[in-house]
Amino acid sequence: MKLLVCVSKTPDTTAKVDFTSDSSSYNEDGKQFIMNPYDEWYALVRALELKEANGGEVVIINAGPASNDAILRKGLAIGADKAIRIDCDPQTAFEAAGQVATYAKDEGFDIVFCGKETIDYNGSVFGGMLAEILDVPFISYASKMEFADGKATINRDVEGGVEVVEAKTPFVISAAKGLAEQRIPNMRGIMMAKRKPLDIKTGSEIENKVKVLKFELPPAKGSVKMIDPENMDELVRLLHEESKVI
Amino acid sequence: MILVFAENKEGKFKKNAFEAVKFGSSLASDLGMECHAVVLGESDQPESLGKYGAKKVIHLNNHQLNEFDDVAYKNAINKVASDVGANFIILSHTALGKGLIGRLAVSLKAGCVPAVKGHLMLGSDPVFVKPVFSGKAFAHYQTSGPSVISIIPNSLQLTEVDGADPVEVEEHEVEVSGSGVKLIKKDVITGTVPLPEAELVVSAGRGMKDPSNWGIIEELANELGATTACSRPVSDSGWRPHHEHVGQTGIAIRPNLYIAIGISGAIQHLAGVNNSKVIVVINKDPEAPFFKAADYGICADLFEVVPKLTEAVKKYKAASN
Repeated sequence: MKLLVCVSKTPDTTAKVDFTSDSSSYNEDGKQFIMNPYDEWYALVRALELKEANGGEVVIINAGPASNDAILRKGLAIGADKAIRIDCDPQTAFEAAGQVATYAKDEGFDIVFCGKETIDYNGSVFGGMLAEILDVPFISYASKMEFADGKATINRDVEGGVEVVEAKTPFVISAAKGLAEQRIPNMRGIMMAKRKPLDIKTGSEIENKVKVLKFELPPAKGSVKMIDPENMDELVRLLHEESKVI
Repeated sequence: MILVFAENKEGKFKKNAFEAVKFGSSLASDLGMECHAVVLGESDQPESLGKYGAKKVIHLNNHQLNEFDDVAYKNAINKVASDVGANFIILSHTALGKGLIGRLAVSLKAGCVPAVKGHLMLGSDPVFVKPVFSGKAFAHYQTSGPSVISIIPNSLQLTEVDGADPVEVEEHEVEVSGSGVKLIKKDVITGTVPLPEAELVVSAGRGMKDPSNWGIIEELANELGATTACSRPVSDSGWRPHHEHVGQTGIAIRPNLYIAIGISGAIQHLAGVNNSKVIVVINKDPEAPFFKAADYGICADLFEVVPKLTEAVKKYKAASN
């Protein structure tokens, strides 16, 4: 099987959220960056399991600047066979999807994986955009996938449960929790990753139709009002009269 | 022209469909445009969208469109949007919307801003406000040319338009070509409001000690008419179903009221709930980080205080009837 895993770089889940002084972009100073958890824990690992069961190749790809090589090396250490970085600095999911599609369209991948969303922009549009450009189905928020005879049976998370669908390759799938179990790279994997190929390709020109004017932080939360545990009537009164939620 | 895709499950609209229409019509009135809606598959009451500001409903009544298929839905909405020359196409940011939005935007060569909570005007241009970093910040987006926007459920006040004219419903059939992906079965809870749509949520964590203790949580939720949720360790240990897990890796919700019981409030949990309008935290540990994110806090043993809260809700309901 030929499997492609699209990965993105995000600030660490516990990194402080603040912005440059003109509010135009995320303040990267002193921040730790990681591979987007949905891409690493679920998308990449499920792809590796499929390769282990069926043979083939797992390629990991990122559209971004040279500083993103670190997450690609980590993907190689976890077990991907080859990494591709398309050298560019995408500002939107559409740009990133366009860059990846330019590479993927002639490679004949059976399944293209991505995470359900990135933990910084929370957009969840990349996979659908890529699927449309590649003209294949998109199965979003997959929390389980079984694969046999060229056919996948997939649980797709929906409000209050799952829908089970059956899809023939090729398709694009976005990974949610449950699709696989996180793998921690071991020393052997880390050493081997240094010898695996990481190819750099030139990005193409892609027009952007949306832009961020500014970022802002929510107003500071007022301090908590502590309620006497013996007086739940008071809490109910406040919820009704003060905050008007019941 | 604003075109709203109003989602339809088993012939019925859920609240998110009305919210999308409401959002579309408020954008339309700010831009001096008309708001139309498109409905796919069998629908009981397409005209009910008029109450939230749709001037016309285009109903593509093909039974092949009863169930979601990303390619079939994209083709159908693309056709309508192109025919009416839509400037903005509005979707709900639901499971279905997430499966559709990227594909639809690319097919229309449109800009795309997913998961917004509303818009404001900058001169004569709309600016879309989108929560980012799991709700810890907001980004203001501007688009050029036609754009596809999705609105997060529970983001706006749902009020009916006074004296709305009867809405015109245009019935069409279309050629349907799908993705080839087959829906085999649905395994979805019935009878309760799914979490992303719930206005009141009662959520519990490891402090419950054992799954057999959930009775007090369910009683409180029943009394309030709330939906139950849980933290990650609880769903990971199989104490509660996966679809109840709220937080960074579970689902993100924005109810009016979130009651967190025996949940310490790790940053990954807060990421899923910090857009709730009001947060009540019940925890016996005064150092629990969740108190910092709460509006109301009760520092006590949950096994004692939760039944008391249920009684207080009962009393309140009896008094207000």
